Amino acid sequence: MKRLLALALLAFALTLSVNAFAIDPLPFQNTAQRDRFQHLTRELRCMVCQDESLLASNADFAKQLRRQIFDMMQQGKSDREIKDWLVARYSTFILYDPPLAPATLALWFGTPAIALAGVIVVIVLLRRRTRPASTIAEEPGDDW
Amino acid sequence: MNEVARRPGGRFVPLAIFAALVVFFVIGLVWNQTHDARFVPSPLIDKPAPAFRLPRLENPTQFVTKADMLGKPYLINVFASWCFACGDEHPVLMAYRDKFGIPLIGYDYKDAPQDARAWLQRHGDPYHEVITDQSGDTAINFGVYGAPETYLIDAKGIIRYKHIGPLTPEVIAKDLEPKIHALAQEGT
Amino acid sequence: MNPELGQVALILAVVLAALQCVLPIIGAWRGSKPLMATASTLAIGQFVFVALAFGILMWAFWTNDFSVAYVAQNSNLALPWFYKLSAVWGAHEGSLLLWMLILNSWTLALVALGGKLPQAFFSRVIGVLGFVAFGFLLYMITTSNPFLRLLPAPVNGADLNPVLQDPGLVFHPPLLYMGYVGFSVAFAFAIAALLGGELKSTWVRWSRPWTNAAWGFLTVGIVAGSAWAYYELGWGGWWFWDPVENASFMPWLIGAALIHAQAITDKRDGLRAWTLLLSIFAFAFSLLGTFLVRSGLLTSVHAFAFAPSRGIFILVYLAVVVGGSLLLYALRAPKVSGGKTFALASRETMMVIGNLMLTVACAMVLLGTLYPLVGEALNIGRISVGPPYFGPLFLILMTPLVLALPFGPLSRWGKADLKVWRRALIRIVALVVIAGIVAFALGARGWYQLLGVSAATWVMAGVVLFAIKRWREAPRGHKYPFEMLGMMLAHFGIGVFIAGAILTRSMSVEQDVSMRSGGNVAVGSYDFHFNGVTETQGPNYQAQQGTVVITRNGRQVVTLHPQKRTYSGGQVQTEAAIQAGVFRDLYVSLGDPIGDGAWSLRVYNKPFVRWIWGGGVLMMLGGFAVVLDKRFRLKRAVEPETARAEPKPELPRKLAEGEA
Repeated sequence: MKRLLALALLAFALTLSVNAFAIDPLPFQNTAQRDRFQHLTRELRCMVCQDESLLASNADFAKQLRRQIFDMMQQGKSDREIKDWLVARYSTFILYDPPLAPATLALWFGTPAIALAGVIVVIVLLRRRTRPASTIAEEPGDDW
Repeated sequence: MNEVARRPGGRFVPLAIFAALVVFFVIGLVWNQTHDARFVPSPLIDKPAPAFRLPRLENPTQFVTKADMLGKPYLINVFASWCFACGDEHPVLMAYRDKFGIPLIGYDYKDAPQDARAWLQRHGDPYHEVITDQSGDTAINFGVYGAPETYLIDAKGIIRYKHIGPLTPEVIAKDLEPKIHALAQEGT
Repeated sequence: MNPELGQVALILAVVLAALQCVLPIIGAWRGSKPLMATASTLAIGQFVFVALAFGILMWAFWTNDFSVAYVAQNSNLALPWFYKLSAVWGAHEGSLLLWMLILNSWTLALVALGGKLPQAFFSRVIGVLGFVAFGFLLYMITTSNPFLRLLPAPVNGADLNPVLQDPGLVFHPPLLYMGYVGFSVAFAFAIAALLGGELKSTWVRWSRPWTNAAWGFLTVGIVAGSAWAYYELGWGGWWFWDPVENASFMPWLIGAALIHAQAITDKRDGLRAWTLLLSIFAFAFSLLGTFLVRSGLLTSVHAFAFAPSRGIFILVYLAVVVGGSLLLYALRAPKVSGGKTFALASRETMMVIGNLMLTVACAMVLLGTLYPLVGEALNIGRISVGPPYFGPLFLILMTPLVLALPFGPLSRWGKADLKVWRRALIRIVALVVIAGIVAFALGARGWYQLLGVSAATWVMAGVVLFAIKRWREAPRGHKYPFEMLGMMLAHFGIGVFIAGAILTRSMSVEQDVSMRSGGNVAVGSYDFHFNGVTETQGPNYQAQQGTVVITRNGRQVVTLHPQKRTYSGGQVQTEAAIQAGVFRDLYVSLGDPIGDGAWSLRVYNKPFVRWIWGGGVLMMLGGFAVVLDKRFRLKRAVEPETARAEPKPELPRKLAEGEA
């Protein structure tokens, strides 16, 4: 029971760090750059508070990476280059948008495959159940 | 009414899918017991360590570089005076510093040098050398995202192993020491 | 009151639940009236004991009984009284008790309202609900007892997590659980039908109001959660595709599909097996959500503190309940597909398309939510799946559904009426073009914004056209039955939601700024003037409170007071200040002092954000409206054979042909 309590309290302490979110004024050159920065960092995962994006996280780590990303933007680096730079250091885990790779094939092609299977089932169902409109008897009553 | 008979086997498909899901959940629960979700494997394993040039804690005018360290394997242990878990790890490092057989370099991470010095004075200094990274910028190149972390770097400057979180006697016996021995076998 | 009494009440409830899942089912099987008659009594008894336990826990919070470990962890002397009461469900153990109480309340409602159901069927339904309750109660007393003592009792409690100190906590979990657990009724109906080998699908009609009510609650529960995140997490976002949000969204999608599948089964006798399956799935996904949140399996903002034994227990429970149901389905679902045949361009086809897209969307969310586990299980590295995966895929999957949506109601059962479609299509397209032009004239630029306006108009115009058509064609008193009204409200809500979701995303301006007192920043056409920070004192926190005056064209709009609170436990929580409006929210959060008297602030202008929740509320009202329909009123003890003989109002033939 003691251990359980300790665990519970630990988890409690961990969630506490989550509460304060980042407000981090950076000197963007223009709104387009700000939007680009927000868009990019929203799609990156904070390695410390793993349930938050780099944009939202108030962890020191996130703050530092935001500065780095900001600096790279000032140097004219593209989003692709910035992401590659991060992935080289922190693995693709940092991307909320997992790149297509053998490990993510099922993730990216899973949904189309399921959709295709669903479409086939529906087509079979419709072929079985539908009849030309002219052969269907008129029914009295409110059509609702 | 137009009744069409169906293949009864199709009725088991949802059950089969669900059974597969349950198997995944069991694996997930087991994984959770044996891993800490906060620890993410580094992509830098078996890749060259990033170049670095960092001041020594004892004498900030002197710098240590990656080139200086080439030629012999060594351990880098990321720590900080503000890091709670580093306090747990510290006695283990004190006990093992001479058993590793290779130098143990302290990497003082995002820390004021005077705090680090006071911390080492109070608890004892397990390191053969301490370098400081006040900004934490070099640490990003190493893929550091917390403390403590420990890197094993071989004579050619390649990162051979990384441990996230405090080193424990079990981790050292199971993972770290075999890697160090293997490096010794390679004989460079 | 003695907390041990609560424990005793729970143990008694377990015993009653065990009896409730055995006796009525045996009774129904043997045809024994006395055994079947125990169903209601046992369900009421169980409710009484669980309510007693709940009341005792609430009393412990009210009286600051910190000798109860759960109270000590989640309350504090200085906590305001309403948070003390809602703290009952602020953590794992108490929220389970709430879950149980709600399950018992649904069962009680069924006892009160379902007395006219055939007795054997009713007994089976109550028996299945008893089984569900039994597992949960057992779980609670073996792994998650809220009445454990902490001795010696601390002088003061650790305090409720500040994130949870928000009106959102008072409403969000109860509403969400009303939805989750409400699906247990449709589930129990389906299992009872399978157990009893119901040949007719009359049970589907009995089940429909319950499904709609549960879905309505789930909708508003999700809305409350979304609004809570918007206010309290301070990111100004309203949906994050977080695993726990996904866990609540999956049963919602399945529930929406189920509502339509049930309508087809009820009215056309089609999709009988599919309706059974969805009834099982809706509740299965509710349980899955409970499992995911409480097992520590996924990394999430909302995850509860977990212990391994809890995860294993729920997994076993999930496997037994869902696995057992699916096995029963495999063995006993109707072996023939039946129902009336229909033309391709009929309402049935539209609903089947809707069902397909909702189900595939649910599968997509499930895949993305669980995929990180796959990475771990197969040892191929850690994988993150987040908004950039879910968002675009969801948009793609919903496109056919949104396109088909106006044409479902405008179609006819069974028959194709291409003339009506053609006419409606022309009018809808015309309205979309007009809306696009108006939006453009009002300053909408960018394809995403125009897409949002078009999609929302498409859906809303469809509903309006349908309403006009009914108004002109249907006789007095039959123009808008409640079931149809529910459909119209919910569909219109989808249009409102689409407008909100897409316009908020494309038009929001958010900015982090540093300002000294007297500084100001322009956000769109608004000017935010910062008038410094003062100290204030709350009941259980100290706060730094900023003053921000917002003006537009020199005229003052509002003065906002964002706070940064430090609670008694030392936790820091930002409290955004928001001026809500129909067309835009102004939003200010206070950050940290950054030297020289300057502070960091986050300022937002969020157009149309209220429409997101407004749309959700309309959907909820839609779900509730359906419940009131006369169609679902049980007149007498109907036996399955006679139930379908409900007379339909005889209408003129012209109407049935659906001339526009």
